[in-house]
Amino acid sequence: MTSIVQLDLAEKHYGNVQALKGISLTIKEGEVLGLLGHNGAGKTTTMKLILGLITPSKGEVVVLGENPAGSMGNTVRQQLGYLPESVSFYPQLTGREVLRYFAKLKGQSKQHCNDLIERVGLTHAADRRVKTYSKGMKQRLGLAQALLGAPRLLLLDEPTVGLDPAAIQDFYETIDQLKQQGCAVVLCSHVLPGVEKHISKAAILAQGKVRAYGSIDALREEAAIPVIVSATFNEHRDDIVETFASRYAGVKKINARSFELKVDESEKIALFKQLSNINGLEKMDVQSPTLEQLYQHFNRVQQEGGL
Amino acid sequence: MNPVITVASKEFKDGLRNRWIIAITLMFAVFSVGLSFFGSVASGTVGFMSLPVTITSLASLAVFIIPLIALMLAYDAIVGEDEAGTLLLLLTYPLSRFQLLMGKFLGHGLILAVSTVIGFGSSAVIILALAPQVPFGEVLMHFSAFILSSLLLGWVFVAMAYLVSVSVSEKSKAAGLSLVIWFLFVLVFDLALLAFLVSYQGDLNEATLSYFLLLNPTDVFRLFNFIGFEDQNVAVGVMALAKSVQPSIALLLLTLVAWIIAPLLVAYRLFSKRDV
Repeated sequence: MTSIVQLDLAEKHYGNVQALKGISLTIKEGEVLGLLGHNGAGKTTTMKLILGLITPSKGEVVVLGENPAGSMGNTVRQQLGYLPESVSFYPQLTGREVLRYFAKLKGQSKQHCNDLIERVGLTHAADRRVKTYSKGMKQRLGLAQALLGAPRLLLLDEPTVGLDPAAIQDFYETIDQLKQQGCAVVLCSHVLPGVEKHISKAAILAQGKVRAYGSIDALREEAAIPVIVSATFNEHRDDIVETFASRYAGVKKINARSFELKVDESEKIALFKQLSNINGLEKMDVQSPTLEQLYQHFNRVQQEGGL
Repeated sequence: MNPVITVASKEFKDGLRNRWIIAITLMFAVFSVGLSFFGSVASGTVGFMSLPVTITSLASLAVFIIPLIALMLAYDAIVGEDEAGTLLLLLTYPLSRFQLLMGKFLGHGLILAVSTVIGFGSSAVIILALAPQVPFGEVLMHFSAFILSSLLLGWVFVAMAYLVSVSVSEKSKAAGLSLVIWFLFVLVFDLALLAFLVSYQGDLNEATLSYFLLLNPTDVFRLFNFIGFEDQNVAVGVMALAKSVQPSIALLLLTLVAWIIAPLLVAYRLFSKRDV
């Protein structure tokens, strides 16, 4: 697979402020990278480096084989789509007019605009002025704009803010499609629930550094947050609870028939086997740490390390 | 399509959509027709006076209005897009900052061109229709010169508006700074020059001093429009300075062009360094 984005120890200083302290990331074709972090963690600066809007103070940024801020910048930008965090577009123009303007700048046809309007579900509002749009409609228009010219790299800044649940679902479906078509996507976000199924890997940023970087599974392994397994039996079985309590730490009784316990990821399968051999098992649930928990974990590690 | 043309045509269409073009055109038409026929009301007559009087009084009024309109039209060109978030987005498109600035200039320039030609041109047409004693050739020549210089003056202040627009971070600051620029060039400069002249009377060569007028595009505009009529008693204030020296038409036009290019270049340089 070809590398679409390559950041090599990229640093960015603004005067005395170090916005980025040496970031290394790789994004390949068909990969979706979740760029996560608090405000001020360096997400926006990282995006701007990839977009070629700023140049790194140190280190290297290569996008689609070129320096995005260099003389080949236009070639890069032709193949790149960007959805800014908050954009009000041109309130006096209609959605279709806005999209056509941006399409012309990218050398795209009217037909392509109409297709995109349909794709993002904005057909009914396309000929209304943008100033009448809701936040969700503006986000859809923003997405249509980012998809102009079938980009090979898509950068999306807080794309789901202001969208209703159905629209978020549509949005993630679009991301999954793009991923299959080989488009590389950077999803910049601090809203986490639901995103983990759609990203190939995550980079957790804090204070200008990459705190954790890898697939969700790799992050889970690194964080070593225990998996919570809960089991429910068809009758009152204190004996089972006691048996497990002697073998595992962190057993918690929920009610007469159910209990939950915490185990390491590596012990998970062995536990499943034991539980499934017990007669009368009615239900078994596994709760792996969510991305949100991982995110909190790595931010905590960072804070402790900083003290 | 070339991105410069794309940006320019959007600006022009915006000018049509928000009725700037029609408003400026009407304003120019009303005040030029009004001045041509009612400019002499104070002296007890109504009707067309003479071409020199008309052109010079038009120029005296235009020198206030055109810079103001140009500044108002263009002050938010960059800072406005920045505040809306569209500047950041535009710069992620295959479009350089130079092309964006040129597109804006072309668009705004065209808006002023259409308004100036139609607005002031209409009064030339009305003079020709209502005052048949005035030779066609003279009307054509004087009005063409007046419209050309008005256009250049407008473009000078569009360029200055961009200079303001790229150097501030808020639209309201750009508006305030534009007013300061208008005030400095249209009012303060001449007063300062006169004060200077009065306090150093005799020590300075009047001819040398008159070249100071080239430092102010509004004075260049007035010189250009007064120069053909030096026999008229219309040159007052600092304009009287230029009586002794007659700067050539070419020099005046070139100065105006330089006054367009210089602010544009500086604006481009500042824009290149601007963080988005």
